Amino acid sequence: MVPVACRVAAREEIAPGTVSLTVGDCARSVGVPAPGQFNMLWAPGVGEVPISLAGRDGDDVVHVIKAVGAVTRALCALQPGDALGLRGPFGTGWDLTAADGHDVLIIAGGLGLVPLRPLIGEIVAHRARFGSVGLIIGARSPSDLLFAEEFAVWGAAVDLEVTVDHAPTDWTGRVGVVTQLVDAVSVDHDDAATFICGPEVMMRFAAREVLERGTPADRIQVSMERNMHCGIGHCGRCQLGPVFLCREGPVVPWARIDASMKVRGR
Amino acid sequence: MIAPTVRDGTITPDRIDSAAELPIGYTDDQDGGHYRLVPTGTDEYFASSSPIDSWKRFLSPPEALLVRGRSSSTDLEVEPVVPDPVAFAFVGIRACDLAAIGLLDRVFLAPDAVDPTYATRRREVFVVAVGCVHPGATCFCASMGTGPIPRDGYDLALTELYDGDRHEFLVDVGSDRGAAVMADVSGRPAVAADDEAAAARAERAVAAMGRQLDPLDPPRAAANPEHVGWGDVAGRCLSCGNCTMVCPTCFCSATQDRTALLGDGVERWRVWDSCFTADFSSLHGNPVRATTESRYRQWLLHKLVTWHDQFGSSGCVGCGRCITSCPVGIDLTAEIRVLAES
Repeated sequence: MVPVACRVAAREEIAPGTVSLTVGDCARSVGVPAPGQFNMLWAPGVGEVPISLAGRDGDDVVHVIKAVGAVTRALCALQPGDALGLRGPFGTGWDLTAADGHDVLIIAGGLGLVPLRPLIGEIVAHRARFGSVGLIIGARSPSDLLFAEEFAVWGAAVDLEVTVDHAPTDWTGRVGVVTQLVDAVSVDHDDAATFICGPEVMMRFAAREVLERGTPADRIQVSMERNMHCGIGHCGRCQLGPVFLCREGPVVPWARIDASMKVRGR
Repeated sequence: MIAPTVRDGTITPDRIDSAAELPIGYTDDQDGGHYRLVPTGTDEYFASSSPIDSWKRFLSPPEALLVRGRSSSTDLEVEPVVPDPVAFAFVGIRACDLAAIGLLDRVFLAPDAVDPTYATRRREVFVVAVGCVHPGATCFCASMGTGPIPRDGYDLALTELYDGDRHEFLVDVGSDRGAAVMADVSGRPAVAADDEAAAARAERAVAAMGRQLDPLDPPRAAANPEHVGWGDVAGRCLSCGNCTMVCPTCFCSATQDRTALLGDGVERWRVWDSCFTADFSSLHGNPVRATTESRYRQWLLHKLVTWHDQFGSSGCVGCGRCITSCPVGIDLTAEIRVLAES
């Protein structure tokens, strides 16, 4: 429960209000999260929040944070050289072994692309291990698309579709929600290992779309978000039905939370 | 030494320095939203039922310092806080509350997630349990299979045998530490008649329990998440969180930063929290459980249903405190019965 003192090695605002922090000096001593796992980042005097792994830079870890509350605002305001605390890694990440030898479908909405990015990196790096791979990325507007500079590399390896909810007139890409693009990528849904992360309502609809196309609920992995204070199943805040998302999640098979997700306010 | 004692018009576990501070001559009258201290006119030590508060505050204090640090924008020094060792004796703890500590052990002493504060306070506890022979109107430990007679987890277990002429304690030794203590206590060997007298009292206690909970009802209620009964109880519930504070197994917490006035010192404190607050489920500034209905459902179904999935047993020990301390007298045994109806 004791944070390790770390330092910001690099900072970049990668979208409006969204900052990429490369955290150094400590990553090796606490261990690097697996794709889908998270660290607790501490802005001393303000508080601590769970932030998923966005990537690695040598021994440093990269976290992408959107300023939505007091703690994330404080973290986003950090500059290179500034100190912060870190605990982790926590939780259960993506189970990529479920995808070995199978088709893969990845659906990312908004900031949901962040925890999926290391997974996409693994798949692109070991492309031959998988069948057809579909990657659907959505964001509010073109300027909210994260990691757009990596789309060319990803698009060369997998079937990539990108869409935005709202676009200025110079946008030549797709406009609409990610759920409309499930048929735009060619994967065998009966067989595909499906990975979804985004706003909860988007995950709900995306899961429904792929369930309707025959993907079993235990082949759909989603990364859930809840309030967390401890990361080790003690504070009780992250419960979703029987699941402590901080330990069993944040990545859980849809089958595990399907019943809870049918009830408002679970 | 922590034992039930009379404080502020209630009987509650607190520090005592002698047996004279036990609630001699007192019992309690408890019901939904109702608690009265009542003189018994006898000199019984343990004539009361559940103390108004539980024993969890001694093992997992309402506030615990986790981390101390000094920080400027570019420097951070973090100093772990090593909890001070404490050696408690819990005297006069009932079977329900002993079972509750067993449940907290599963949360805070999980092999891969040990809480240092809890572990330090729990390690040395010397337990003098007492068989509960005066259950209250809000009690239902017999339904939950936790009482009224303690079965394990004690160093000594007492049954107070009192009938006016006779005032003795039947002592069951549960550990070597317990045996060592008893070596210095004068008494006579127990005979079969003593065991029979204790068993008869336990049997009467089971019959006298004021409440019952059918173990088949919680899973039925879980299958009815949209039952109108949730809205009905939410219409009465004040979302005050009293039930979670007095519950001997509710363990949820918040961790807060506290800063020094000069701004360079910072501490992280863990404080009890309740699933009935809006902040508890806050995500991006809004609560996931925005309604009292969703919060009551979370509390009740966690306590009675998902606790089984998480920790292998019910999270309720049947102490009845949540009924007594509810300002509007909500009775979970009555609610679960309604919610289980199809």
